[in-house]
Amino acid sequence: MSQQFTIGTLNDIPQMGATTVETPNGRYAIFRTRNDDVFALRDQCPHKQGPLSQGIVAGNIVICPLHNWRIDLTSGKVQAPDSGCVNTLPIEAQADGTLILTLAD
Amino acid sequence: MKKKLVCIGNGMAGMRTVEEILKLEPDMYEISVFGEEPHENYNRILLSPVLAGEKTIDDIILNSAEWYTENNITLYKNEKVVEIDRIRNQVKGENGTVLDYDRLLVATGSTAFIIPVPGHQLEGVIGFRDIKDVNTMLSAAKTGKNAVVIGGGLLGLEAANGLRKQGMSVTVVHLLDTLMERQLDKTAASLLKRSLEDTGLNFKMEAQTEEILGTDGKVSAVKFKDGSTVDADLVVMAVGIRPNINLAQQAGLQCERGILVDDTLQTYDPKIYAIGECVQHRGQVYGLVAPLFEQAKVCANHLVDLGYSRYEGSVTSTKLKVTGIDLFSAGNFTGTDNSEDIIFQDPSIGVYKKLVIEDDKIIGAVLYGATLDGSWYFQLMRDETDISAMRDKLLFGQAHLGDSGHGDEDHILTMPDDAEVCGCNGVCKGDIVDAIVKKNLFTLDDVRAHTKASNSCGSCTALVEQLLASTLGNDYSASPAHKPLCKCTDLTHDEVKDAIIEKKLTSIHDVFEALDWKTPDGCATCRPALNYYLISTFPNVAEDDSQSRFINERAHGNIQKDGTYSVVPRMWGGVTNPAELRAIADVADKYDVKLVKVTGGQRLDLFGLTKEQLPHIWADLNKAGFVSGHAYGKALRTVKTCVGSEWCRFGTQDSTGMGIKLEKMTWGSWTPHKFKIAVSGCPRNCAEATIKDFGVVAVDSGWELHVGGNGGIKVRVTDLLCKVTTEEEVQEYCGAFMQLYREQAHYLERTAPWIERVGLKYVQEIIVDDAEERKALYERFLASQEISQIDPWAELAKKPESPQFKPLKRIEA
Repeated sequence: MSQQFTIGTLNDIPQMGATTVETPNGRYAIFRTRNDDVFALRDQCPHKQGPLSQGIVAGNIVICPLHNWRIDLTSGKVQAPDSGCVNTLPIEAQADGTLILTLAD
Repeated sequence: MKKKLVCIGNGMAGMRTVEEILKLEPDMYEISVFGEEPHENYNRILLSPVLAGEKTIDDIILNSAEWYTENNITLYKNEKVVEIDRIRNQVKGENGTVLDYDRLLVATGSTAFIIPVPGHQLEGVIGFRDIKDVNTMLSAAKTGKNAVVIGGGLLGLEAANGLRKQGMSVTVVHLLDTLMERQLDKTAASLLKRSLEDTGLNFKMEAQTEEILGTDGKVSAVKFKDGSTVDADLVVMAVGIRPNINLAQQAGLQCERGILVDDTLQTYDPKIYAIGECVQHRGQVYGLVAPLFEQAKVCANHLVDLGYSRYEGSVTSTKLKVTGIDLFSAGNFTGTDNSEDIIFQDPSIGVYKKLVIEDDKIIGAVLYGATLDGSWYFQLMRDETDISAMRDKLLFGQAHLGDSGHGDEDHILTMPDDAEVCGCNGVCKGDIVDAIVKKNLFTLDDVRAHTKASNSCGSCTALVEQLLASTLGNDYSASPAHKPLCKCTDLTHDEVKDAIIEKKLTSIHDVFEALDWKTPDGCATCRPALNYYLISTFPNVAEDDSQSRFINERAHGNIQKDGTYSVVPRMWGGVTNPAELRAIADVADKYDVKLVKVTGGQRLDLFGLTKEQLPHIWADLNKAGFVSGHAYGKALRTVKTCVGSEWCRFGTQDSTGMGIKLEKMTWGSWTPHKFKIAVSGCPRNCAEATIKDFGVVAVDSGWELHVGGNGGIKVRVTDLLCKVTTEEEVQEYCGAFMQLYREQAHYLERTAPWIERVGLKYVQEIIVDDAEERKALYERFLASQEISQIDPWAELAKKPESPQFKPLKRIEA
């Protein structure tokens, strides 16, 4: 069974920015793009565990603040020439901006 | 319906253009390619190593059969195009293929010029141009003994070297008395000849071929005008190349030596573009790979209807691909009536360096035996940098100015494969060479992306460029003359800055729109740069976009490897007192600081703080009277001082007081890169002012002002700007210098490389000689400081609950 949580609203996150949510499975970074799409990714770069929530967001990419690895927010995939992937969680912004995060148990 | 693009020629130029098109608009064209050779596209410049037995044909294939299939490109290999029908817009191949085109790309390349002496059609007389020639040479080496290479230029010497390595006895015949006369002066050429002779090559100089003799239709010897003969089982003609223009000529396209093209690589027929060795652009025909890559970018830009890029010609440099020989040449190495040569020559270590200087600029260079600085000289040459201030050190190279990370390892050829080149990322020579060959890398950026070498501190950049050059030879394209700010634009830093001023752009997305950025949100390289240019150009007006700043500047602390932060409170001039120290000790206890460290800039650094703790620790530090130390920013960092005349028995002036005044004046200012100041009280210079961006050294009669120093990756001692007498003057010159740097340097360019780029003389003319301009700069600096000197900690400490610092939610199990 998966469980849904209201974590806040869209306006809690700056455009092209991120915040974090602590979950039983560790910290997740919640991103908001310039088009107001939201994504939830494990806040840990697969390279040296850099906090992705602190990176610069451009388009659907976040650039890790430690060594500039580039991670696709939509898939969690590390962009070439580096490789790897980051766990993602389903997240949705409702019409009023409420953010709903889904956790699997 | 997709438009049809037909490319005549399956070589490096044609396929590079196709690759550039696919990058820009993968679905715009249905692409067909004709190739005369029975191979996929291969790296022609690496034929010499194949001949020398250092690589195989498979190693040098650039685009495999799968690549053509994956990109839906139809390849007609082994089929020569016999006609371009410009009325019907059709191309006809010799095997009967007829294709319609909407756009045609002519990339027919060139062929080796065969001197039409009697006997030139004998079996065993060939050029050195393609895989077939290499195979002919390799099989000749199995059966025959003697080879003659006609032509002592770049290609001829590479062929000769390869044949020698295949076991043949090789004689190089040259018309003149100097080898590689288009790249080398006499001295370097004779050094080269000597080392090639040492490897076993024979030379016949100033010799004119009269006839090639043969028996049974096969070559047997070469006869010269002086009557002498040399036995030969193989004759390789390497006397030059001729652009292949027959097809274009037959189709009525205007040609001279090559097919004429304009700055968009378009021929006289607007539907037909041409590129590579077959074209003539602004009177120039190129036979090297670097220009061709620049052309491919521009050509693709127009073929996909973007239409803004222009090709303005290339400056080329040369590197000989003969293992064990280190040679570099660029520009006008023979000099003009007004030029001067700077020469270093040491026969016993086999080093020769010559720089040709005109009007304080490098116009040409020849390096033999030590070519590490080739790319640096090449850059100075293309940037037309005024070198007068470093003229006395120039010939000793960039590393002479100081270097860290790889000691004095500068001879790339003698380095073993397991020698570490990049000390930051632990990348060895062998890794880099492997990646260049196996992954077909051509540029510094390619190598950085694939190996991480030179990707961190950059101190090994010259070594990596050297490896690229020695692996690829001519084909290495050094950083382009017009280096775009990043991959999101074709504009340079200066072009972007000018546009911001001219079009009065005040937000990053205005810049993206006005300058046709290629990506909607830019990238981590351009966004921080643009943000800096905007706020430094229009302080008070442009919005400071915190999402475009690197995390350290957003969090006002330094991110550490475990994601925690370090915090440095400002201590003016490095002076503190018991109350401040007590306050810091209390804060360190309260937040369980993991490490307290004295920094190189005379401050205390508190480590191991979580992001959530930051606003709280800032609030406590604020209460004790501290403000942010900006130890994290591209900003004024610290003013380091010694105790000076107040205490020191040698001190000549109050250096501590001067330092505090400077720090109070300059703190909070954003600069292109970090900016450090120091003030020493006497020439013993205990504050190490001569390796700072702005260094002040007190002397009995006043103050010496020094600029452009750096104690980091490349140690660079400051240049003396001037001497002044009063403290007010020190402040004025300091503010004016910082403002000039802020307005004119590129983002992430420290004062040291900036001064080397623009020249000390330029800075002196503005800051020292022009009092009016200096005052204007100083005033602009002070005006911008009025709105900059706000403590960022105090602002943010008010909002400790902001989701910027705290998790938005904690979900319990």
